[in-house]
Amino acid sequence: MTLALSIDNLRKTYGNGFEALKGISLEVKQGDFFALLGPNGAGKSTTLGIVSSLVNKSEGQVKVFGHDIDSELTLAKLCLGVVPQEFNFNPFEKVFDIVVTQAGYYGIGRKRAGERAEFYLRKLGLWEKRNERARMLSGGMKRRLMIARALVHDPKMLILDEPTAGVDIELRRSMWEFLREINAAGTTIILTTHYLEEAESLCRNIAIIDHGRIIQNSTMKALLAKLNLETFVLDLEQDIASVPEIDGYGVRQTDPHTLEVDVEKSKGLNPIFEQLSALGYNVASMRNKANRLEELFVSLVDKNL
Amino acid sequence: MNSQLLLTAFWTIVVKEVRRFTRIWAQTLLPPAITMTLYFIIFGNLIGSRIGEMGGFDYMEYIVPGLIMMSVITNSYGNVVSSFFGTKFQHNIEELLVAPVPNWVILAGYVIGGMARGLAVGLIVTLLSLFFTNLQIHHLGVTVGIVLLTSIVFALGGFINAVFANTFDDISIIPTFVLTPLTYLGGVFYSIQLLPEFWQGVSQLNPILYMVNTFRYGILGVSDINVGFAFAMILVFIAVLAGFSLHLLNIGKGIRS
Repeated sequence: MTLALSIDNLRKTYGNGFEALKGISLEVKQGDFFALLGPNGAGKSTTLGIVSSLVNKSEGQVKVFGHDIDSELTLAKLCLGVVPQEFNFNPFEKVFDIVVTQAGYYGIGRKRAGERAEFYLRKLGLWEKRNERARMLSGGMKRRLMIARALVHDPKMLILDEPTAGVDIELRRSMWEFLREINAAGTTIILTTHYLEEAESLCRNIAIIDHGRIIQNSTMKALLAKLNLETFVLDLEQDIASVPEIDGYGVRQTDPHTLEVDVEKSKGLNPIFEQLSALGYNVASMRNKANRLEELFVSLVDKNL
Repeated sequence: MNSQLLLTAFWTIVVKEVRRFTRIWAQTLLPPAITMTLYFIIFGNLIGSRIGEMGGFDYMEYIVPGLIMMSVITNSYGNVVSSFFGTKFQHNIEELLVAPVPNWVILAGYVIGGMARGLAVGLIVTLLSLFFTNLQIHHLGVTVGIVLLTSIVFALGGFINAVFANTFDDISIIPTFVLTPLTYLGGVFYSIQLLPEFWQGVSQLNPILYMVNTFRYGILGVSDINVGFAFAMILVFIAVLAGFSLHLLNIGKGIRS
């Protein structure tokens, strides 16, 4: 099956001499939900900028659904929908017009463009705002407007560069649902985000880029399997007099009722409860403290420094 | 993209451009109407009545073609330079860059948008001039042809200015320090026959003189220059400016890093 995206030895050196990409190679399968992560300035946006024709590459090959962007740019562009990091619509235009105009750039006639705009604006909860000037929308609505605009020509692949930045949790989760829905319907999605919980929750495959190089490229499952240590937060029913010692586990107290316990992957949780119980403590509730991906991300990027 | 899709994309850009300048009509259509009415009253009626004839016509009749052309020039240029620079500045040029719109369609869309405003203002000024003088068109083909070609030249000029501009200052430098002086010295208010021979020669280096005089020829039937040469020169300008604009778009000057 043709790959949704194939990047081979991609390099980018900006006019000021900064080498943003140092020969990255990447493959994204059709139907994938793919995360491209990395710290600020790692080269994520440059990579996506080259794929979406906003940045000129210095070297290398990029194919979108088999279409080389050097020789079949128009066909490659037809397959792509792009949601950039920064708001890039005309803030003085009406919401409906922004989406319909974008459809027009893809050769979609006004009537059909209007129908598609209505479909996506309704899906993203913006239909009531269709006659508002874009600048009047809230930050979350502006993000959703850019998603509606990117989808109006029904692209095979959607590129989202930090789509949920500045969006509140409730809205973020509703956007996740929407993205899962269109991915399940067959749209390949490539996502960059700083919310690693988002990548962990949504994406099946992941690449981590740092200093212009891919430092990790695997399935999310395989990556998370590398994690040896997880931290659990235990809320106790009793006041903690002093930090209890639990054999084989690292324990910290964070407040009078709460402990944090580091658990190695090879060890179970039962000994914790047993030992706490023996010490006279009952566990009222328990949760996983840190985002697991975040821990891995930090360790991988630190190693690359 | 097939031709139907290209036409839709082109028309989308044109409609967007026309909607932009009509939405802000108080900034785009009204000011030239007021300015030109003042020109008609002050230069045409008040001062013109004391000047007498120029080129065998009332002074008012003589300056009307020049003032119409001046409106077309400044508005064709001004529309594209401000619209395309604004599009760059707000990054919504990216909407076009990610879409499968060929560069020549982008250029054509912006140029036609600029022409639409230039010609709309030209029409408004023409209608206003009818309150002050009777316009008899001597040669319709020359009149329409020169106004269309001139509008294309300055729309292309505005596009190139916008591509190179990095700040709002950059889009006002050329209109203020180049376009306005050349227009005022391009025979809008006088015949170059009034000038000493040396300055007549210097004036003939000003391309706007050819545009204004050809338009005046189309309306009044008199001209300081050779009309055929003027058309040839404008066509060369269009070819050079269009080629350069396309080159800038192809390399992504000012719009792609």
